[in-house]
Amino acid sequence: MKIKTLVVTGALAFALAATPAAAKTFRYAFQGDLNALDPYTLNESFTLGALGNVMEGLTKRDKDLKIIPGLAERWEIVDPLKWRFYLRKGVKFHNGEDFTADDVVFSTERMGSPGSQIKTRAPADMKAVKVDDYTVDFVLSSPNPILNAEWDTWYMFSKKWAEANGATQAQAASATSLNPFALKANGTGPFTIVSHEPGVKTVFKPFPGWWGKPEHNLDEVIFQTIKSDATRVAALLSGDIDMMDPVPVQDIDRVKSSPNVTVMIGPEIRTIFLNMDSMRDELLYSSVKGKNPFKDARVRKAFYQAIDIEAIHNKVMRGMSVNSALMISPLLYARAAEFKRHPYDVAAAKKLLADAGYAGGFEVTMDCPNDRYVNDEGICQAVAQMLSRIDIKVKLNAMPKAKYFQKAGPTDKYDSSFNLLGWTPGSLDSWNVVENIIGCRDANGKGGTFNFGGYCNPRITELNKLILVEADTKKRDELIAEAFRINHEEAGVIPLHQQSLIWGVSKKVEMVQRADNQILFYWVKMQ
Amino acid sequence: MLAFAIRRLFEAAIVMVTVALIAFTLFRFVGDPVNQMVGQDTSLEDRLRLREELGLNDPIPVQFARFLTSAAQFDFGISYQMKQPVTAIIRDRFPATLELALTAALFAVALGIPMGVYTGIHRDSWLSKIFLTVSLIGVSLPTFLIGILLIYVFAVWLGVLPSFGRGEVVRVGFWSTGLLTVSGLKALILPAVTLGLFQMTLVTRLVRSEMLEVLRTDYIKFARARGLPERTINFGHALKNTLVPVITVIGLQLGAIIAFAIITETVFQWPGMGLMFIQAVQNADIPVMSAYLMLVAFLFVFINFVVDLIYVRVDPRIRIFGRSG
Repeated sequence: MKIKTLVVTGALAFALAATPAAAKTFRYAFQGDLNALDPYTLNESFTLGALGNVMEGLTKRDKDLKIIPGLAERWEIVDPLKWRFYLRKGVKFHNGEDFTADDVVFSTERMGSPGSQIKTRAPADMKAVKVDDYTVDFVLSSPNPILNAEWDTWYMFSKKWAEANGATQAQAASATSLNPFALKANGTGPFTIVSHEPGVKTVFKPFPGWWGKPEHNLDEVIFQTIKSDATRVAALLSGDIDMMDPVPVQDIDRVKSSPNVTVMIGPEIRTIFLNMDSMRDELLYSSVKGKNPFKDARVRKAFYQAIDIEAIHNKVMRGMSVNSALMISPLLYARAAEFKRHPYDVAAAKKLLADAGYAGGFEVTMDCPNDRYVNDEGICQAVAQMLSRIDIKVKLNAMPKAKYFQKAGPTDKYDSSFNLLGWTPGSLDSWNVVENIIGCRDANGKGGTFNFGGYCNPRITELNKLILVEADTKKRDELIAEAFRINHEEAGVIPLHQQSLIWGVSKKVEMVQRADNQILFYWVKMQ
Repeated sequence: MLAFAIRRLFEAAIVMVTVALIAFTLFRFVGDPVNQMVGQDTSLEDRLRLREELGLNDPIPVQFARFLTSAAQFDFGISYQMKQPVTAIIRDRFPATLELALTAALFAVALGIPMGVYTGIHRDSWLSKIFLTVSLIGVSLPTFLIGILLIYVFAVWLGVLPSFGRGEVVRVGFWSTGLLTVSGLKALILPAVTLGLFQMTLVTRLVRSEMLEVLRTDYIKFARARGLPERTINFGHALKNTLVPVITVIGLQLGAIIAFAIITETVFQWPGMGLMFIQAVQNADIPVMSAYLMLVAFLFVFINFVVDLIYVRVDPRIRIFGRSG
């Protein structure tokens, strides 16, 4: 009996272990999970990137992040309040249905549905009007020169399919019942999803009916989550996976020294910066009572000049960062080169502090996430140490991101005096930064919600409104420059750097590393 | 006997409610789940509305009462992150953890008992010293370090075993098993050794000290005097009498292995409940955390309850004490 069971088990095992020979399977791993497959429920670059292989928007972005035609062949601005999109013909969804204007109108409604997390892809009052089966007009109430900036990750749904699957509304994050769509996908993209186990494994296969010409040579793609840094490195080194993101900074040399794998390093568009509470009349966590030293631009600038950014770049980031004078990546703003950081100068910083009346320095508590950005806690420790040179005693309060965003963010009404944050403008455009990071807010967070320090200059608010509607690129860039210059001069928010993307890639694999950190395997070629 | 069982059940219920209460008090400090659920561009109004909808603004006692009511009906809500019912996630993840835990326990027993017997009998042999040194490493090295070391030796350097994951799984009903495929069995080896190493050490040392104890007793001496063969004395008489405490400890440890496979599962990206729990903590996914804590509490309470009942059957003294008290 026992032997018989054993034989059966063995035979079964062999049958199941047999894999098709010579198929090109690309296996990649990321530190986070791919959960719900509804791309309207989580506005996060990894998820949107993974689903970008399966679903497509009216526009796409190329390898250098330039906007290119996607499901729309072309578009034109008929007048400032009306954009006309001409849809690509012959596009099929994975279930065989044709893609038409009805699907675009439907996707517009779905984007605005209550559970949607991508409502900001378009103004709330934008209307989609079907002109004919392959033409759609988008009607606006005020001009918006960057209307389609984020449409590459606004993926088109099939109306019929969504209705048949009860997926007409985006899965609400707080739902107590489950949208059947959350674990299914039907797009027009170059890959289909074969199986999906959230948090474990997702299998993709090429879609033979895709409208474009494939730039990959893959037969199958397997995505797996590997949370532990050391295990992810080991899995890459052992050849169990072909690509992984991110490589921990301290493991770069080890990965490089292996004969089969290498690292791809490139600039990321996320900027890391420091916020100082310049809004309250008295700091919550400081030795200074009765007044707020951060209200004085000289104090903020003293903090700025006390930071030895080169040391952070070399020691903390081990060279894996690009020092920044701006609150946006130079890749995303044409006139970035005009801005230079205030020099690191301890003497000047001390003088600024003395002029402001804080010659003896003061104490302040700094809140810092420890699992959100590359070496975030290390950066905070370095900053604390550097500030001690100008007699500012920093008490560091590092915590996990879930806790950090609650405390320093709007949930606890910005319960912080000094903190570190990172930001990637979703639209890849400066206005997003002017609005969210250096724009004024009220005590509850209305306005620049992610302006954790509450820095406020009324002129920036004015500029914000002008930038939003200015269609002339040159004039617009000038307005943006003015807003950035104000922040730079007043050191309202102190930029540090853009961190680097560090991918570990097998030498068998050729792929494109886009600065928005989306892993797009429709550009992967394997030997 | 019945009265004893009922009293124990009542105590068990109190333990469960207490665990739930402590867990709920702690959730105040894990952070804001909303920020992990929404995109950075989500407006403040939407964030606040979501908090309200999730009931996070309600007073803790209200949240607690709501949780108890639905938990009593085995409804633990929907995971904030995975958008699936928590019971379905646990059903999917539980087989992975149980297979890992049982294999680890088997490994610990299969190696620990012979090693314990050997070191008990041959106290001063060099092999005993090697066994004891190895088992010392087992208790003194942290689990994640052992895991990483094993990965580097067997996956990266020798390339014979997978570095992470569970391999191919086969579904038998709702149960997904990795025991029926070659890749599944290969994937099981390193995590099971990592998880079982500490227990193996424990078993080895326990068996050894029990053996040393028993071998000194009179009846062993008499057995020797009767001229019984060493083999019969060691295994037939001595080992048999050492096993009672060993079985008790292993039984209790099984609960610990299941509950605390967290580190091993994280190191090996083993898709079990421990990994699920770690991910839930990082994202402040309260429904998953609370369900997991309840399940672990239940496991411990259940195992203890069973052990208590067995004691009562085995040891009349407890039964009498139970009646008088």
